[in-house]
Amino acid sequence: MSTQLLTYLFVGSSFALYIGIAIWSRAGSTKDFYVAGGGVHPVVNGMATAADWMSAASFISMAGIISFIGRDGSVYLLGWTGGYVLLALLLAPYLRKFGRFTVPDFIGERYYSQAARIVAVICLIFVSFTYVAGQMRGVGIVFSRFLEVEVTTGVIIGMAVVFMYSVLGGMKGITYTQVAQYCVLIFAYMVPAIFISIMITDNPIPQLGFGAEVNDGSGLSVLDKLDGVLLDLGFSAYTEGSKSTIDVFAITAALMFGTAGLPHVLVRFFTVPKVSDARLSAGYALAFIAILYTTAPAVASFARLNLVDTVHNTAYADAPEWFGNWESTGLIAWQDKNDDGIMQYGAGAALSPSKPSFDGNTGVHGERLLTNKSTSSVNEVYIDRDIMVLANPEIAGLPGWVIALVAAGGVAAALSTAAGLLLVISSAISHDLLKKTLLPKITEKQELLYARIAAAVAVCIAGLFGIYPPAFVAQVVAFAFGLAAASLFPALLLGIFSKRANKEGAIAGMLVGLVFTFTYIAYFKFVAPELNTADHWLWGISPEGIGTIGMLLNFSIAIVVSRLTAEPPQSVQDLVDNIRIPSGAKAAVEH
Amino acid sequence: MSAKSNTDETQETSQADNQKRYWQSNLRLLGKLLFVWFIVSFGCGIILADWLDQFSIFGFKLGFWFAQQGAIYVFVVLIFVYARQMKSLDRKFGVGDDKDPKEESQL
Repeated sequence: MSTQLLTYLFVGSSFALYIGIAIWSRAGSTKDFYVAGGGVHPVVNGMATAADWMSAASFISMAGIISFIGRDGSVYLLGWTGGYVLLALLLAPYLRKFGRFTVPDFIGERYYSQAARIVAVICLIFVSFTYVAGQMRGVGIVFSRFLEVEVTTGVIIGMAVVFMYSVLGGMKGITYTQVAQYCVLIFAYMVPAIFISIMITDNPIPQLGFGAEVNDGSGLSVLDKLDGVLLDLGFSAYTEGSKSTIDVFAITAALMFGTAGLPHVLVRFFTVPKVSDARLSAGYALAFIAILYTTAPAVASFARLNLVDTVHNTAYADAPEWFGNWESTGLIAWQDKNDDGIMQYGAGAALSPSKPSFDGNTGVHGERLLTNKSTSSVNEVYIDRDIMVLANPEIAGLPGWVIALVAAGGVAAALSTAAGLLLVISSAISHDLLKKTLLPKITEKQELLYARIAAAVAVCIAGLFGIYPPAFVAQVVAFAFGLAAASLFPALLLGIFSKRANKEGAIAGMLVGLVFTFTYIAYFKFVAPELNTADHWLWGISPEGIGTIGMLLNFSIAIVVSRLTAEPPQSVQDLVDNIRIPSGAKAAVEH
Repeated sequence: MSAKSNTDETQETSQADNQKRYWQSNLRLLGKLLFVWFIVSFGCGIILADWLDQFSIFGFKLGFWFAQQGAIYVFVVLIFVYARQMKSLDRKFGVGDDKDPKEESQL
């Protein structure tokens, strides 16, 4: 069977599975829709959280980025796992005890203010849409390469599937599809990783193969060999970082605190029966996540080694099939600068501007011709980072079914996260904006209908983001974390750990944190991208890491303003006392 | 009458006192675990990483290993340790949620 056919089969049957689960687990009440009825087992919730969490960025882009930036890639590994410690220790058990449906619900009640609730809704929508844009683009990439359909068609198919199970099933449908998606994506990630680890090092465990000797008889370890190869080609060594320590520190912190403040992850902990389940569930979630996150850096190093081996100094005519396949999607390009018909790979951008634009003709060797100017660098090959995980099985020459499996895994990762995000967006709108603010008189049935409509609208907007993507996947996603760290995390933490924190403080803090972080990112990314270098940054902190400063600003302003204004009413202080002890936790209820 | 309300008050204060001590034990536990969290990630993985790179573990430079492998394993262990320790604190102070969870979830 051809790879193409296998891919259709794998992706198609996974879709059938998700839709089947959606029909089986239709939501009958708002409680089903928002928190899956509140009776999800901690291990099941851990697995669903892991799928919710591991997005197209984790599955498709992360190993690719680490592959190209080596040691600096640690920020993603540390940031996107360390945040779970904060989540488990500082937020999840208390929010579960609070026992309502949404994150703005907590902020609104704890800060006894509709304004605080609305600010939280705005922060949530900002964060979630930034994040969902990356997911739909991920779906588009997978479809355009593996199913050879237009990106637009791919996104529309993806939207239709998400629509089915999030609009029908709400949190309940999403929870059980996410469990299935976790199984698909982790299997799809591990199988090629194990194959490649055996090929390169004879060690079947990628986490160990990563540090083992390469089996080419050189006696060098994978990382030593990679360091040497890259230095020869003019890159910096793989195990040496090039970002400044303060920037690495700030980016890691922004990703960690952002993780802990992400509404679509927090809301998953509202679905377990007890406070102690919420704690345990966070542990299971991270354990499931760690399987992929400790494999990713191994995949990254193997992929880079493989890439250099197969591409550098290879005649274009002898290039493997995958090279042409990816070239036709525009994610790989080659410009024969020295007219020798051989691909030279090295440091520096191959093209100017760095993204390829094709003129529609093919050159003497059959390559797609470019309108880009050449750069002075010897590098002739453009490779998009996003393709590393997807192309890895092909680069390593693995069988067709592995490639098909990776395609299904990539789609599972993107869809599971997109669904989780769309759910928090729709519940923030139907529950916090409509039921709690604008239309308090609506019945539960009407609220459920509004929730479904909001989910449907959110799916369409997310689809537009996928068809007209703002930038590449992981970069967009990284900003969502900065925004979450700077806006929601401090309000949640202070709400639990400080009885003195009041509405004035929380609102001022959230607004300043959000506006500061958003402005800084927008300035360097969109207004004046030419100034986006370390010399112009505040204390050498890049836009990716600025959320950390935004968060510190938020904390200081919230604390100072709270001190200067009236303390919260007694009933709110009693509420804080109440959420601090686990006993008497009820399942999430309407109130 | 007055005697009864006195006992009520004492019970209330002792309950509030109990909760306060529970919360403080919780904060102490958090402090310890977050200290470890900080040391393995920001400490060993970032600030001390260059210095740690002179040592090696499983074929990796030590600082690099912490940043790309080790810290993640420690994170997982930390959360399970926390869940366990909190469970025993809950029991010690009698504020746990393991009494009749079924009844509670029906509410």
